[in-house]
Amino acid sequence: MFFLNHIWVIPLLPALGAALMFFFGRKLSKSAVNFFCVGAVVVAFAFSCFTVLQYTGWAAAHNHQPFEKIVYTWLGSGTGHLGYTTASGGAADFHVDAGFFLDPLSAIWLLFVTGVGMLIHIYSIGYMAHEGGYYRFFGYMNLFMFSMLTLILGNNYILLFVGWEGVGLCSYLLIGFYFLKKSATNAANKAFIVNRIGDAGFILGIFTIAWYLGSVRFTQVNEVARSGIFRIGDPTLTLACLLLFVGACGKSAQVPLYVWLPDAMEGPTPVSALIHAATMVTAGVYMVARSNALFVLAPNAMKVVAIIGAVTAIFAASIGLVQNDIKRVLAYSTVSQLGYMFLALGVGAFAAGVFHVFTHAFFKALLFLGAGSVIHALSGEQDMRHMGALAHKIPTTFKTMLIATLAIAGIFPFAGFFSKDEILWQAWASENGAYRVLWYIGYATALMTAFYMFRLIYLTFWSPSRVEHEVEHHIHESPKSMTVPLIILAFFSIFAGFLGWPHSLKGSNRFEKFLEPVFAREAVESETRGKEAQLAAGKKEEEHSNPTEYLLMILSLGAAFAGWGLAKRSYGKAAEGYREPIDQIAHPAYEVLYNKWYVDEAYDYLFTGRRKLGPVRLGVMGAGDAAWAFDANFVDGGVNGAGWTTRLIATISAWWDKWIIDGLLVNGIAFVTRIASYPVRLIQWGLVQWYAFVMVAGILGFVMYYVFR
Amino acid sequence: MEITTLHYLVVAAALFIIGTIGVLTRRNVVIILMSIELILNAVNLNLVAFSRLYGLHGQVFSIFVITDAAAEAAVGLGILIAFFRNKETVNADEIDLLKF
Repeated sequence: MFFLNHIWVIPLLPALGAALMFFFGRKLSKSAVNFFCVGAVVVAFAFSCFTVLQYTGWAAAHNHQPFEKIVYTWLGSGTGHLGYTTASGGAADFHVDAGFFLDPLSAIWLLFVTGVGMLIHIYSIGYMAHEGGYYRFFGYMNLFMFSMLTLILGNNYILLFVGWEGVGLCSYLLIGFYFLKKSATNAANKAFIVNRIGDAGFILGIFTIAWYLGSVRFTQVNEVARSGIFRIGDPTLTLACLLLFVGACGKSAQVPLYVWLPDAMEGPTPVSALIHAATMVTAGVYMVARSNALFVLAPNAMKVVAIIGAVTAIFAASIGLVQNDIKRVLAYSTVSQLGYMFLALGVGAFAAGVFHVFTHAFFKALLFLGAGSVIHALSGEQDMRHMGALAHKIPTTFKTMLIATLAIAGIFPFAGFFSKDEILWQAWASENGAYRVLWYIGYATALMTAFYMFRLIYLTFWSPSRVEHEVEHHIHESPKSMTVPLIILAFFSIFAGFLGWPHSLKGSNRFEKFLEPVFAREAVESETRGKEAQLAAGKKEEEHSNPTEYLLMILSLGAAFAGWGLAKRSYGKAAEGYREPIDQIAHPAYEVLYNKWYVDEAYDYLFTGRRKLGPVRLGVMGAGDAAWAFDANFVDGGVNGAGWTTRLIATISAWWDKWIIDGLLVNGIAFVTRIASYPVRLIQWGLVQWYAFVMVAGILGFVMYYVFR
Repeated sequence: MEITTLHYLVVAAALFIIGTIGVLTRRNVVIILMSIELILNAVNLNLVAFSRLYGLHGQVFSIFVITDAAAEAAVGLGILIAFFRNKETVNADEIDLLKF
């Protein structure tokens, strides 16, 4: 139990490495940086292996319960101050622990994140050797590992969100690693901002869950969701799931929020491999799979997931057909493969989706690292139009990349064959074929995938050389620290698929069995409750012997070889100035694809306002402008009108007061009084003697009157 | 010739008229005050004269009037001095602030 009880050590190690780099990195030598940062991840990987091993033993003895280790209470006081009543009527207490959680699902992520992370760290030693900011790079990488492990191992949605934001931050920092390059900083900003949109949805989803289910802890949420108090299709749960999926769309680059991922290739290639192919972008898949108990209660949300996944898959693949930047092809391929994973989740084949995440992590990381090796060999050249005939000059890179290509194209028996085929089969079979149209999309995507991947291989390694002369002299195979990770990843790209060897091919599909405790409960629960909820595991076991499945397998193999053949025909002899076959067949289609369906332009019109129709901005900005105009003219007009009216009334009132009240009434009366008083005033001339004289005269007058009467 | 009450009354009337004319015609306030004294004394003379006919009440009353005259002179002169300090004149023509 030592490793399980000390599971917190796993994220702590890279956190310490990152802290060390941020405070003292500048003073450390490169070998010291290697020792601490790469060492931290290597130890974390070893620790993870032992932990997972110990977990399997522990789980067997504990009814396959998830292992939970709560370290301390993070939010919530226990005094009832954060208590509330859930929407479904129960009493709840808002409470978040800093706790760690391990079940088969997080165990898989834990293993490949630390494993692939370790290999990429080792690869980076060679790749970044001549770059500035060495310690900064490794500091960010370790910080990323810490965040990703927090995301995986958190026992509640809030902690998951912390990791989620952490990986977003590291993604931003690493995309903008070459921060003197304007395009890199722009790409970093784009990634960060687009992710914010998804994160807003995600956090609203978390709030909805906390409000509706009364907890954010996975075990409790699952317990409540599985208790049967919610009916299938509950609107609030559907809303919560859709909000969560918005978050997943942002992080996992699904339509319509995928635009940041191709631009994220501005970062160093190991970053593209680790963050933007193997690990971080699968966080959305992890989160949806983690919320499977909720999603099975929301079939409509599942449908949205499946449709978005399928649309993303074919959409991104179509763009990938004609891109010339080697990393961009891989980026669109990543988006497309992520679409596959969501397609699997959406049709209820959680285990198949997770399996594809797992195999994809290896071959996509390998492809990126191989591409990095090619770029390294060509002194920074990324344009495939200036490559070719490298197969014998950098043989290790070539061989490993070929293996990865065979894997992603889905050629038996490489890893991608098993996972992709499983997804396609589940899409075909789910709900008795209700999603069969998604199978067609997935199938077309598989064909495109094989085509653009072999296009990459032909243009890079087999076609006649189009490399510029100065560059050609410097071509060299990468150092050991770069090739060894390639070889290890190639090994996994071949054999990782065997873990999910399907029953139909007389295999045991150990991968699915391993995940059963996470998902199979759903199958049991949902089957007892009705047929709408679809799922995986047990249900389709008997169908696996269906001859249809063999047919589908052969069909998808056919697609893979067809893609290969098409690519060979088109690019096998691609000399200087070759033309794209799509360009030759349908020039407008080529233009549209080459310009990525003009999505960035559309977004510039609709959301960022960087593009205008004449002087008029459209979309959100246009709505803002319109709202502003409305505000300025109507609302402010009303306000100003009210003010103007008030002022007019006040002016009239002032005039009335001044001239009528004060003038006519007050001053007028005073004036009349004054005028009337003039005659009276005349006898008051102030000389006392005159007064006396008048008085005397009066007295005399009276006396005279009385005397002479 | 015997001095009768009538003689006193004639003298008193003469004094009163002189005083009154003085009050009405002279411009110097000091002289006006002196003329007022003449009027008061004419009254006194009348009171004393009538007291021959009707007993001592008139004489007692005249003593009051003398006291009153003294007080009035004191007050009048006090006002006059205060006025002189302000206006630097004792001319009644120029004392015309009581109008309006």
